[in-house]
Amino acid sequence: MSNADIYHEMIIDYSRNPINYGKIEDHDVTFHDSNPLCGDSIDIDMKIDDNKVSDIKFHGKGCAICMACSSVLTEIAKGKDINEVKNISKNDVLGELGLENLQAVRIKCALLSLKVLKYALYSYLGKHLKDSQDVDKLKEEAANLY
Amino acid sequence: MQSAQTSFENIRKDFPILERTVRENKTLVYLDNASTTQKPNQVIDAINDYYRNHNANIHRAVYALAEEATELYEQTRDKVANFINVKNRDEIIFVRGTTEAINLVAYSWGREHVKEGDVIVTTEYEHHSNIVPWQLLTQEKGAKIEYIGMDDNGELILDDLDKYLATGKVKLVTFSLMSNVLGTISDADTIISKCKKAGVLTLIDGAQAVPHMKVDLEKLGCDFFAFSGHKMLGPTGIGILWVKKSVLETMNPFHGGGDMIREVHKYETTWNDLPYKFEAGTPNIADVVGLGAAIDYLSKIGMENIRQHEIDLTTYAIEKLSHVKGLHIYGTKDISKRGGVISFNFADVHPHDVAQIIDEEGIAVRSGHHCAQVLMERLNVAATSRASFYIYNTKEEVDKLINSLNKVAEVFKL
Repeated sequence: MSNADIYHEMIIDYSRNPINYGKIEDHDVTFHDSNPLCGDSIDIDMKIDDNKVSDIKFHGKGCAICMACSSVLTEIAKGKDINEVKNISKNDVLGELGLENLQAVRIKCALLSLKVLKYALYSYLGKHLKDSQDVDKLKEEAANLY
Repeated sequence: MQSAQTSFENIRKDFPILERTVRENKTLVYLDNASTTQKPNQVIDAINDYYRNHNANIHRAVYALAEEATELYEQTRDKVANFINVKNRDEIIFVRGTTEAINLVAYSWGREHVKEGDVIVTTEYEHHSNIVPWQLLTQEKGAKIEYIGMDDNGELILDDLDKYLATGKVKLVTFSLMSNVLGTISDADTIISKCKKAGVLTLIDGAQAVPHMKVDLEKLGCDFFAFSGHKMLGPTGIGILWVKKSVLETMNPFHGGGDMIREVHKYETTWNDLPYKFEAGTPNIADVVGLGAAIDYLSKIGMENIRQHEIDLTTYAIEKLSHVKGLHIYGTKDISKRGGVISFNFADVHPHDVAQIIDEEGIAVRSGHHCAQVLMERLNVAATSRASFYIYNTKEEVDKLINSLNKVAEVFKL
């Protein structure tokens, strides 16, 4: 992908004005992770009511790709049932921004927030549900995302 | 200075990689020299020649090849001693790089001499390799690590050092001679003289300084000195640790194995002489030979000329960059106090995005925390972009960097 393809209007807009950016003080679950080599760092807070992600916010530091993908991801997840959120795939996020062919070194920027979201759900479900097999799958998925 | 000018123009011809193009047929503009430098034919050929004509294990066998290999290997030790002005070649230890050198000191010296309640002093602008080994040591020993702070100009606050030394608990003060992020040249003379008065040992991380300026260990008077070959035109995987003999003699081995022993019995071993006591196993012979060729190459140009070339280039670059709207340069503008390393941020654009967009123009700069997260915290930024120069860089390349930043401004509508 050339820069013209990557740095299109939507990416720049999202990076300048991220959606769902901030903290949820009375969150039900929060998770933090970073990419050790580049220093991108994302926290996701979620409020969960009746098995639904009633509110979700992210904060942290990252490049335009990271910020745009975090915005899109939180938009996708907000209001959805936990089971749907669990199944959000990398292409759901990348596709939304036309980043399916992003080069390998930047994939981690794009998917950091999805990784954080999956770990956050894993930690929430681990505390609240009995179905541990399903939960472990989520952890594995998060660990192997990129 | 007509001749010096000409010789710097000819230098590029020695570096085959500088002729290649990247991305869409763009000439490579390599500005990541603080990370690693490119290699001249002279270094590549020396390694090639070693493997083609002289390869054998060193120090023991009596046949001709082994003798040649040993001689080539030991010649580099003499070249290093001469290059950094050390009288005693036995104080020079070959290691993998600066990181291994500092870990060796933390392990072999630290475990012997650092006790509970002791303090190791480092600085806010250190590379992780001069922080983490000391964290490991102090955590193990119940000792403490303290930081000399940095002012807004990117210079060390030496009052902090006085404060720590006054406690009488400091065992070692360790600092880089040149910051890998800001290019700041530390006031080593003052630091070392303060430490000497307090009877405290000093370690200098010379990874960024040795490739770019004349370094004279006799004059500096520190106790430990470390640097890497690959940042000074040499190969990766080879570096130098120098330790003052009186200190080296108080240290236990780092690794046990072949070459570092005198006699091995079932339950006891006696150590080989210095420096071999600290060079266990078959060393990186070919790259030691390559480092020797790099030292020859740099010596021929002259370290004073190299420093002058980088002063000219850095002055030019800072002047040009400071006219780019929205661009912030970190560190001092006083060229006598900085090397050819320029860290910057461009408006609200993340350094990764800057690096990616200018990469399309063939320009290689580093973006990220530069293995200096403590410094990033101090500067209150997640990351910076960093351009760093060496002997083969030109003002035309600085112009290309400036032009490419205009592309960034365009994309991000600055």
